[in-house]
Amino acid sequence: MANLKDLRNRIASVTSTQKITKAMKMVSASKLKRAQDAAEQARPYAERMENVLSSLASSMKGQTGGPKLLAGTGSDQKQLVVVATSERGLCGGFNTNIVKAAKAKINSLIKDGKDVTIITIGKKGAGVLKRDYSDKMIEHFDLSHVKNLNFNDAAPISARLIEKFDGGDFDVCTLFFAKFINVLTQVVTPLQLIPASFDADNSTDLGGACYEYEPDENEILEDLLPRNVGVQLFRALLENAASEQGSRMTAMDNATRNAGDMIDSLRTTYNRSRQAVITNELIEIISGAEAL
Amino acid sequence: MADKLHFELVSPARLLKSADVDMVVVPGTEGDFGVLPLHAPVVSTLRTGIVEVHDGGAAEKLLVVGGFAEVNAEGLTILAEIAKPLSEVDKAAYEAELKDLDEDVQDAKNDDERARAEKARDKIASIIEVLEREAA
Repeated sequence: MANLKDLRNRIASVTSTQKITKAMKMVSASKLKRAQDAAEQARPYAERMENVLSSLASSMKGQTGGPKLLAGTGSDQKQLVVVATSERGLCGGFNTNIVKAAKAKINSLIKDGKDVTIITIGKKGAGVLKRDYSDKMIEHFDLSHVKNLNFNDAAPISARLIEKFDGGDFDVCTLFFAKFINVLTQVVTPLQLIPASFDADNSTDLGGACYEYEPDENEILEDLLPRNVGVQLFRALLENAASEQGSRMTAMDNATRNAGDMIDSLRTTYNRSRQAVITNELIEIISGAEAL
Repeated sequence: MADKLHFELVSPARLLKSADVDMVVVPGTEGDFGVLPLHAPVVSTLRTGIVEVHDGGAAEKLLVVGGFAEVNAEGLTILAEIAKPLSEVDKAAYEAELKDLDEDVQDAKNDDERARAEKARDKIASIIEVLEREAA
């Protein structure tokens, strides 16, 4: 049996670990609130954008030669996978889940003989993916300096994506991120950013009204589609941020509870061995006295 | 409501304004246009400029950068990349940024970089131009 001093040290160290995890849980709880608010605030913009775009897209349907961002390049040979993960660890299965889903997709794409390239956002996913696909990773975006994500942080990334698309570097771009459902549930979601995909049923009913377009439809689409990529990306990053905090909160809650269990069992062992030591000493004294 | 126009101003970060007003003047790419209640459905892109919201007394002025406006039966929605009440706009900050970006343009190592820096600079320059016109 471990001696008393060792046990005392262990208890002390587990207790301080518990304090840390508890504090981290509290911090992510408050950050989660903020992230959730931000995600909610961003919703109206993204929804309206989608409405307008899908009605534009449906009116453009059947016409050939639409903007490439909408219609695609007509090929799906060159695939770009964008993996958005967190900048910091200790958030349970958050990063692992995203990376796992992305890997499955990448592997199936490779098996189909596609040319895959990877862009990562957030260093946690980049580290893991580098191990298997270091030759395919072309770029990395670091958001570790960003405390509160705003649109200006997402804009350069989407601008870069569009630049690459216009340069013919890829045909299809899929973004992997974790959609925030609630604190306990985050679902890894692949989102096709380029070419833009819309639910046909999602388009607003214009009530027979015909929009006037100023300038014309094509120019509006050309202006809106790049913006849409930015907005979708921004929204995904916000969801991701909320998911990260939710995931960390759950993980830290578990860790705090586990530490509590550990302390309980250590304390029991400690008390038992303390008793054993005392009893031993008594027996020695008594038997010593009796021997006289 | 037929005698009032429902107006919403949304930026990616948040819903800035949602109110029933008399009239809104929108800076469209092809010229400013006023939207009154029962306006015909229009979709228009925006240029950097000032949105004027008229409701009773003095007009409320907001700076918008990039985006588009949609008028439908329900009212007017402006989606802008940047949107701020004119009173909160900090011109000095934009001027400082313009200076930074000017340097970026000069420091650019290749054409790609220069094109990107110039684009960013022109955007800020257009904001300052609008602000100056408004101040005059």
